[in-house]
Amino acid sequence: MTVEQRYRRIYKPLVWIGSLLPLAWLLGRGFGVGGGSLGADPAEEILRTCGKTALNLLLLTLAVTPLRQIARAPQLLRLRRLLGLFAFFHAMLHLVAYVVLELQFDWPMLGEDVAKRPYITIGFVAVALLAALAATSTQRAMRRLGRRWQRLHWGIYPAAVLGVWHYGWQVKADLREPLVYAGILALLLGWRLWKRRAALTSTSGSSTAPGRT
Amino acid sequence: MEGPMTRRIQPRIAPSEITPEAVFRDRRRVLAALGAAALGGAALPGLGQSPTPAGGAASRLAPPKYARSERWSTKETPTSLEDVTSYNNFYEFGTDKADPKANAQKFRARPWSVEVAGEAEVRGRFTLEDILRPHALEERVYRFRCVEAWSMVVPWLGFPLGDLLQRFKPTSRARYVEFTTLLDPGQMPGQRSPVLDWPYAEGLRMDEAMHPLALMVVGVYGQWLPNQNGAPLRLVVPWKYGFKSIKSIVRIRFTEREPRTSWNLSAPYEYGFYANVNPAVDHPRWSQAKERRLGTGFFATRTDTLPFNGYAADVAGLYRGMDLRRYF
Repeated sequence: MTVEQRYRRIYKPLVWIGSLLPLAWLLGRGFGVGGGSLGADPAEEILRTCGKTALNLLLLTLAVTPLRQIARAPQLLRLRRLLGLFAFFHAMLHLVAYVVLELQFDWPMLGEDVAKRPYITIGFVAVALLAALAATSTQRAMRRLGRRWQRLHWGIYPAAVLGVWHYGWQVKADLREPLVYAGILALLLGWRLWKRRAALTSTSGSSTAPGRT
Repeated sequence: MEGPMTRRIQPRIAPSEITPEAVFRDRRRVLAALGAAALGGAALPGLGQSPTPAGGAASRLAPPKYARSERWSTKETPTSLEDVTSYNNFYEFGTDKADPKANAQKFRARPWSVEVAGEAEVRGRFTLEDILRPHALEERVYRFRCVEAWSMVVPWLGFPLGDLLQRFKPTSRARYVEFTTLLDPGQMPGQRSPVLDWPYAEGLRMDEAMHPLALMVVGVYGQWLPNQNGAPLRLVVPWKYGFKSIKSIVRIRFTEREPRTSWNLSAPYEYGFYANVNPAVDHPRWSQAKERRLGTGFFATRTDTLPFNGYAADVAGLYRGMDLRRYF
């Protein structure tokens, strides 16, 4: 099998399965498969599962670039778009669950929440950012936007920061889990800053070297 | 059963001395319904019961005897026993709603004792049996509103907190009463993390504590309290957010000054001492105008939250002249 085939036949289907497993777990329990249940507050369980799956996938998406370099596996790039799209998919489900199950279409309350509750405001902004990235994730959009595509897709950084912040901001007292997310995100972003600095110093160092322009 | 502990508590005072007359009459009616035999002592828990061995689970005790109090019960449909006992906040056993049930099963709720301290004539350590002996248990179906904007309807078993507090003869200096939960990280794994400043503490103003709605709870759904719901002794203050209803109480202290309470210490701008259910005063991070009543429909129906959780007619008078935005 070529690399191309391995990705198409094995790795991408695995990403599909892995990304949809939490949803299958919710549906299974929702329909009482094997005596399972969503507990006393199914709406909350669905909302939380979708939100956390979105964050997990967002962090995985951000882990692709460091992993490619550290593991010297550049072909991992082929999985990044799929992971990013699934992150957006679960963020959308999270938003829909909030409007349909939690607010039960109480539109005035939705407006009030977005305007008055900062953790909901930033959650909304994060989903909007991801929507823009998802909408421009095709090869065609990439070609059409050219250099601007890269700049637009840096939007994943604020989206991830806002997403983790959104999670931590609604916790009553137990910040341990949001802090784990924040720590992983800090590592992933810190690695990039560190690489960038290293690249800048090496280029500025070489530019002063004689004989190079 | 007469021991030094028993003698430290005065005989039960007449309920008429401490309860408003209408309430008193209602309770008499309940008691009358029990019949003479019940009044003779058979209905009083803790009597004629051999001491429970250490680690004795609630299930090994004789089931509690009680009478339903219609006066203090809502007609709303109670939330299922399964939901009441598998979904709640009890951070001593973990911060997830499923943690209390998962982690409290081996908790030893008996033998149990309660220390009474502070501004009262009768102080000391009392066994659970001493605490319960004089009180007839009532079943009261109360609304329960969590500060997180979900709610339940729960048939508790208990007796008026005021009846218990009167037995300790609080002095004129007692303006507040403080309650403390057991501190035992060995049994309560949640206490191994500094999520809150353990042990959990709560408090009430004396007039709130003496209000007939304030209930000392020992059971739910006709059974002794399961560990995850605050066995063996917890408070239920139905017009306040759930976190005021402190669980697994080991200490009652009468104070002159407002006691410090756990959630207020944790986030003073978000959780006040009073914590009365109030749809007009939002939590800084979320609205309190509505609540989701768990167990009604698959996704819990949204309903309007009522002032004082629907008990305004009974308790609003306690706060006359107070700015409820300031004293949230």
